[in-house]
Amino acid sequence: MSIEHRDDTGARFGMWLFLYTEVILFSGLFVLFAMTQARFPEHFAAASAGLNTTIGTLNTFVLLTSSLTLSLSVTALQLNKIRQSLLFCSGTVLLAVIFLVNKYFEWSTEISHGIYPGSDHLAESAPGTAAFFNLYFFTTGLHGLHIFIGIVLILTVTGMIIRGKVSAECPVLLVNSTLYWHLVDLIWIFVFPLFYLIPRGFHG
Amino acid sequence: MTETTLNYSGFYTEGPRKGILGWLLTTDHKRIGILYLGCIVVMFLIAMVLGLAIRLELIAPGKTIMGPQAYNATFTVHGIIMIFLFIIPSIVAAFGNFLLPIHIGARDVSFPKLNLLSWYCYVAGGLLAIASIFTGGGAPDTGWTFYVPFSTQTTTNVNLAVLGAFILGFSSILTGINFVTTIHRLRAKGMTWGRLPMFVWTLYATAWIQILATPMLGITLVLVFLERIFGAGLFDAARGGDPILYQHLFWIYSHPAVYIMILPGMGVVSEIIPTFARKPLFGYWAMAISSLAIAFAGSLVWAHHMYASGMSDLAVLVFSFLTFIVAIPSAIKVFNWISTLYKGSIELAPPMLFALAFIFQFAIGGLGGLALGAAASDVHLHDTSFVVGHFHYTMFGGAGFAFFAALHFWLPKFTGRMYRHKPAVIAWGLMFVGFNVLYMSMQAVGIQGMPRRYYDYLPEFQALNLVATVGSWILAAGILLMFYNLWQGIRRGRPVGNNPWGGATLEWQIPSPPPLENFGAEDPVVTKGPYDYKGVVADEY
Repeated sequence: MSIEHRDDTGARFGMWLFLYTEVILFSGLFVLFAMTQARFPEHFAAASAGLNTTIGTLNTFVLLTSSLTLSLSVTALQLNKIRQSLLFCSGTVLLAVIFLVNKYFEWSTEISHGIYPGSDHLAESAPGTAAFFNLYFFTTGLHGLHIFIGIVLILTVTGMIIRGKVSAECPVLLVNSTLYWHLVDLIWIFVFPLFYLIPRGFHG
Repeated sequence: MTETTLNYSGFYTEGPRKGILGWLLTTDHKRIGILYLGCIVVMFLIAMVLGLAIRLELIAPGKTIMGPQAYNATFTVHGIIMIFLFIIPSIVAAFGNFLLPIHIGARDVSFPKLNLLSWYCYVAGGLLAIASIFTGGGAPDTGWTFYVPFSTQTTTNVNLAVLGAFILGFSSILTGINFVTTIHRLRAKGMTWGRLPMFVWTLYATAWIQILATPMLGITLVLVFLERIFGAGLFDAARGGDPILYQHLFWIYSHPAVYIMILPGMGVVSEIIPTFARKPLFGYWAMAISSLAIAFAGSLVWAHHMYASGMSDLAVLVFSFLTFIVAIPSAIKVFNWISTLYKGSIELAPPMLFALAFIFQFAIGGLGGLALGAAASDVHLHDTSFVVGHFHYTMFGGAGFAFFAALHFWLPKFTGRMYRHKPAVIAWGLMFVGFNVLYMSMQAVGIQGMPRRYYDYLPEFQALNLVATVGSWILAAGILLMFYNLWQGIRRGRPVGNNPWGGATLEWQIPSPPPLENFGAEDPVVTKGPYDYKGVVADEY
């Protein structure tokens, strides 16, 4: 055993530990959401109805599909089908970019209506409404940042596959990126119903 | 024993790169440990000077050396540096990095590059925290807890301090992930869980808290930052927000964090006591499991900081009960250390003296914690200087003294040289006396009703405050003597062999300082427990 010795199981183990920390990072925002939602169910219902469910649903499909393509890329790499693996990686990046573009249109519509953290419009609206939109921007913003980091990560690994540094014999970096990407996906699976769907059920 | 030059320097001269780059780009866990150690000691000295300034201001009622604003900034920066830059990383990052791989018979941690990254996060966070003192609207004045609504409204430079603490959190998380993975994956052949040194067990428990609790601080500090930039009002009662919610989120991290600070100290003491009592550690499994129990139970008690903030009686009852539960594994540890000493062949070397002071002071701090954990007495003691005294008894008298014990125990291993024992014992005596005079007076004046965090106080509190300030000078004199003596020891102490203390763990079987990759060509094979002293003899020095 030398310092250069490789431990794929250890690398994946470390990644899982890191994913724990991500879950807890987001859970702070979820706790805030739960507490505020319980205090202002009506405001939350009205504010939630103002979100664009069509784009939200579309993005959910986009992100779920991107998780599928990245998983396919891992399988392709393990079968030593480098071209297919690269293709699936590129597909994932494309889907991730589509997600961010959709998010951009969604945000810019809201911002053009004067809805953004610290805006005068929100300062004048009901406390629950302001809290809902602030949390909406903070949570989807933090999630968007994770998508962006994921894109950079996948592009880096794609480059390493091209140069043969990540391969069928040594796939752990791609596997770990996939784990990370699934987590980003999983968080969205909580964010989407929490903001777009559930609060509407609390109409008085 | 007149030879003063070492012709062997271990990992200090071996390595892929020479010079300063050999340190700044190193992935050797020992070099990273030394880098951490240097930074941590510097941070400690800076914050110590601030602490002395606080005590000097409180020597008499009214303004002595600084006004209220400067006083607020001083105790805030003292707290931020001591908590985030000294005590959280102290034993874990400096001694843990150096010793953990050696203790389990590995050549490095699982992720050496991440390890270096965590040090850079530490440096970046530290620089930001220090920059916050001199830039923007002045040094932060919120206290290290950054309580809202004040922290979102004050014009001082809270932004930079919060950002610094956030990045320091990253450093802490990376170390935690690295250590848990290393302990699971890289134990040498024969190094079963039942043969891990207790220091490793406490690092393991600590690393889990770092992983599970630190992200909560991260998101909380990000929210404070966003509140200051956008004014979203999530914690602002006037706008439908809830300031108590901030306190919950903050303490969900920051209470478990005090176990990040104390657990590795308990590990250090558990290594030193058996070595100098020449007896196996009493109740190995009870010690190992109580470490995990402290980590677990300690994560469920955060709201005992908030009895006076406004909570339902039921919540107060539950959190008070859970707080008392933490006392059980803590008491198991104290009991087992004492039982290890019983009928042992005790040698009062400097590391042992610091370890004994740890037990004494940690016991007082722990009992004070019960007075604060009981809701009825807490209402009287809340926000008095009793709390400050209690906190310093556990964190400084406990974790801080464990850090000093570790310095005296392992510096000969790190450097291959022994410091002089007589000045070390004198320094210990000064520190022990100064410490207890300082913080016992602080606790006493707190029971009388002196509030904390005020630069001024009523004249009837003066006598005990004067005693406390004199104590702080004795303590500081002891600390300076200790560091001077250790520095002299590093520069020109007597060379030591592999095993100056007669320890049975793996680090004492390899040269001092250890070579690159720790063990020679052959990987170590472990055949006996960490406290099996049969046939182990200390080297002369």
